[in-house]
Amino acid sequence: MADDVDQQQTTNTVEEPLDLIRLSLDERIYVKMRNDRELRGRLHAYDQHLNMILGDVEETVTTIEIDEEAYDEIYKSTKWNIPMLFVRGDGVVLVAPPLRVG
Amino acid sequence: MDPRNPNDLSICGTLHSVDQYLNIKLTDISVTDPEKYPHMLSVKNCFIRGSVVHYVQLPADEVDTQLLQDAARKEASQQKQ
Repeated sequence: MADDVDQQQTTNTVEEPLDLIRLSLDERIYVKMRNDRELRGRLHAYDQHLNMILGDVEETVTTIEIDEEAYDEIYKSTKWNIPMLFVRGDGVVLVAPPLRVG
Repeated sequence: MDPRNPNDLSICGTLHSVDQYLNIKLTDISVTDPEKYPHMLSVKNCFIRGSVVHYVQLPADEVDTQLLQDAARKEASQQKQ
Protein backbone atom coordinates (compact mmCIF):
# COMPACT_ATOMS: atom_id res chain seq x y z
CA MET A 1 0.00 0.00 0.00
CA ALA A 2 2.65 2.50 0.94
CA ASP A 3 4.62 1.50 -2.17
CA ASP A 4 1.74 2.49 -4.44
CA VAL A 5 1.61 5.92 -2.93
CA ASP A 6 5.35 6.39 -3.38
CA GLN A 7 5.10 5.59 -7.06
CA GLN A 8 2.74 8.45 -7.82
CA GLN A 9 3.94 10.43 -10.84
CA THR A 10 3.90 13.96 -9.45
CA THR A 11 4.19 14.57 -5.73
CA ASN A 12 3.16 17.79 -4.14
CA THR A 13 5.90 17.83 -1.53
CA VAL A 14 8.98 19.95 -2.10
CA GLU A 15 11.97 17.64 -1.73
CA GLU A 16 14.79 19.23 -3.67
CA PRO A 17 15.68 22.50 -5.37
CA LEU A 18 14.27 21.46 -8.74
CA ASP A 19 10.87 21.10 -7.09
CA LEU A 20 10.93 24.79 -6.31
CA ILE A 21 11.35 25.48 -9.98
CA ARG A 22 8.48 23.12 -10.75
CA LEU A 23 6.25 25.35 -8.60
CA SER A 24 7.10 28.24 -10.91
CA LEU A 25 5.91 26.59 -14.12
CA ASP A 26 3.67 28.93 -16.11
CA GLU A 27 4.70 31.79 -13.84
CA ARG A 28 6.95 34.68 -14.62
CA ILE A 29 10.49 34.18 -13.35
CA TYR A 30 13.81 35.95 -13.27
CA VAL A 31 16.89 34.12 -14.53
CA LYS A 32 20.43 35.32 -14.09
CA MET A 33 22.91 34.06 -16.67
CA ARG A 34 26.62 34.20 -17.22
CA ASN A 35 28.13 37.18 -19.05
CA ASP A 36 26.02 39.69 -17.09
CA ARG A 37 22.77 38.71 -18.73
CA GLU A 38 19.35 38.54 -17.14
CA LEU A 39 16.10 37.19 -18.44
CA ARG A 40 12.55 37.74 -17.30
CA GLY A 41 9.94 35.53 -18.82
CA ARG A 42 7.21 32.94 -18.35
CA LEU A 43 8.57 29.48 -17.58
CA HIS A 44 7.11 26.84 -19.87
CA ALA A 45 9.52 23.95 -19.42
CA TYR A 46 12.73 22.94 -17.74
CA ASP A 47 14.83 19.86 -17.10
CA GLN A 48 17.49 18.68 -14.69
CA HIS A 49 20.22 20.45 -16.70
CA LEU A 50 18.32 23.68 -16.21
CA ASN A 51 17.70 23.98 -19.92
CA MET A 52 14.54 26.09 -20.00
CA ILE A 53 11.91 27.29 -22.39
CA LEU A 54 10.69 30.79 -21.64
CA GLY A 55 7.92 32.75 -23.32
CA ASP A 56 7.53 36.54 -23.60
CA VAL A 57 11.12 37.06 -22.60
CA GLU A 58 12.87 40.30 -21.91
CA GLU A 59 16.66 39.98 -21.97
CA THR A 60 18.89 42.54 -20.29
CA VAL A 61 22.59 42.70 -21.05
CA THR A 62 24.63 44.90 -18.73
CA THR A 63 27.96 46.36 -19.74
CA ILE A 64 30.30 48.56 -17.77
CA GLU A 65 32.11 51.36 -19.47
CA ILE A 66 34.88 53.11 -17.65
CA ASP A 67 35.20 56.82 -18.03
CA GLU A 68 38.96 57.32 -18.12
CA GLU A 69 38.91 60.96 -17.08
CA ALA A 70 36.53 60.82 -14.18
CA TYR A 71 37.37 57.23 -13.19
CA ASP A 72 33.67 56.59 -13.08
CA GLU A 73 32.02 53.35 -14.03
CA ILE A 74 29.03 53.80 -16.27
CA TYR A 75 26.55 50.92 -16.31
CA LYS A 76 24.78 50.46 -19.56
CA SER A 77 22.09 47.92 -20.13
CA THR A 78 20.39 46.95 -23.35
CA LYS A 79 17.10 45.12 -23.44
CA TRP A 80 15.19 43.31 -26.09
CA ASN A 81 12.12 41.12 -26.22
CA ILE A 82 11.87 37.62 -27.60
CA PRO A 83 8.53 35.80 -27.95
CA MET A 84 9.79 32.25 -27.28
CA LEU A 85 13.26 31.21 -26.23
CA PHE A 86 15.10 28.01 -25.40
CA VAL A 87 17.91 28.61 -22.91
CA ARG A 88 20.73 26.10 -22.49
CA GLY A 89 21.33 25.19 -18.86
CA ASP A 90 25.10 25.80 -19.13
CA GLY A 91 24.65 29.52 -18.87
CA VAL A 92 22.12 29.63 -16.05
CA VAL A 93 23.37 30.93 -12.70
CA LEU A 94 20.21 31.81 -10.76
CA VAL A 95 16.47 31.19 -10.98
CA ALA A 96 14.05 33.22 -8.88
CA PRO A 97 10.61 34.78 -8.86
CA PRO A 98 10.68 38.20 -10.51
CA LEU A 99 12.31 40.83 -8.30
CA ARG A 100 9.97 43.50 -7.05
CA VAL A 101 12.08 46.63 -6.90
CA GLY A 102 10.44 48.81 -4.23
CA MET B 1 14.80 29.24 -35.69
CA ASP B 2 17.69 31.25 -34.53
CA PRO B 3 20.51 29.80 -32.41
CA ARG B 4 22.65 32.38 -30.71
CA ASN B 5 26.17 31.29 -29.86
CA PRO B 6 28.21 32.58 -26.94
CA ASN B 7 30.81 34.14 -29.21
CA ASP B 8 28.00 36.40 -30.37
CA LEU B 9 27.39 34.71 -33.67
CA SER B 10 23.68 34.53 -34.48
CA ILE B 11 22.51 32.20 -37.18
CA CYS B 12 19.05 31.99 -38.66
CA GLY B 13 17.93 28.90 -40.50
CA THR B 14 15.59 25.97 -40.89
CA LEU B 15 15.89 23.20 -38.34
CA HIS B 16 16.87 20.01 -40.13
CA SER B 17 17.58 17.79 -37.15
CA VAL B 18 18.51 17.63 -33.48
CA ASP B 19 20.10 14.86 -31.45
CA GLN B 20 20.27 13.88 -27.80
CA TYR B 21 23.14 16.29 -27.17
CA LEU B 22 21.13 19.10 -28.72
CA ASN B 23 23.58 19.34 -31.61
CA ILE B 24 21.70 21.13 -34.38
CA LYS B 25 21.73 20.85 -38.15
CA LEU B 26 20.44 23.92 -39.91
CA THR B 27 19.78 24.34 -43.60
CA ASP B 28 19.59 27.45 -45.73
CA ILE B 29 21.23 29.66 -43.16
CA SER B 30 21.82 33.37 -42.96
CA VAL B 31 23.67 35.34 -40.33
CA THR B 32 21.36 37.54 -38.26
CA ASP B 33 22.72 40.59 -36.40
CA PRO B 34 25.08 42.78 -38.42
CA GLU B 35 27.20 40.54 -40.55
CA LYS B 36 30.37 40.86 -38.58
CA TYR B 37 31.37 37.39 -39.72
CA PRO B 38 31.71 37.47 -43.51
CA HIS B 39 33.31 34.03 -43.59
CA MET B 40 29.83 32.52 -43.40
CA LEU B 41 28.72 33.98 -46.75
CA SER B 42 29.22 30.79 -48.73
CA VAL B 43 27.78 28.45 -46.10
CA LYS B 44 24.28 27.14 -46.74
CA ASN B 45 23.99 24.28 -44.27
CA CYS B 46 25.70 23.81 -40.97
CA PHE B 47 26.13 21.51 -38.02
CA ILE B 48 26.36 23.22 -34.66
CA ARG B 49 27.70 21.49 -31.56
CA GLY B 50 25.10 21.65 -28.81
CA SER B 51 27.51 22.78 -26.10
CA VAL B 52 28.24 26.12 -27.77
CA VAL B 53 24.62 27.11 -28.23
CA HIS B 54 23.45 29.71 -25.72
CA TYR B 55 19.93 30.49 -26.86
CA VAL B 56 17.60 29.22 -29.51
CA GLN B 57 14.86 31.62 -30.52
CA LEU B 58 11.67 29.91 -31.55
CA PRO B 59 8.55 31.21 -33.28
CA ALA B 60 5.92 31.44 -30.56
CA ASP B 61 3.08 30.13 -32.73
CA GLU B 62 4.58 26.71 -33.08
CA VAL B 63 4.84 26.04 -29.39
CA ASP B 64 2.15 24.28 -27.40
CA THR B 65 2.83 25.62 -23.94
CA GLN B 66 0.45 23.30 -22.16
CA LEU B 67 2.18 20.25 -23.57
CA LEU B 68 5.56 21.66 -22.58
CA GLN B 69 4.49 22.29 -19.04
CA ASP B 70 3.04 18.83 -18.58
CA ALA B 71 6.16 17.27 -20.06
CA ALA B 72 8.37 19.32 -17.75
CA ARG B 73 6.45 18.19 -14.70
CA LYS B 74 6.70 14.56 -15.71
CA GLU B 75 10.36 14.85 -16.60
CA ALA B 76 11.13 16.43 -13.25
CA SER B 77 9.38 13.79 -11.23
CA GLN B 78 10.99 11.00 -13.25
CA GLN B 79 14.42 12.45 -12.64
CA LYS B 80 13.92 12.32 -8.92
CA GLN B 81 13.41 8.58 -8.91
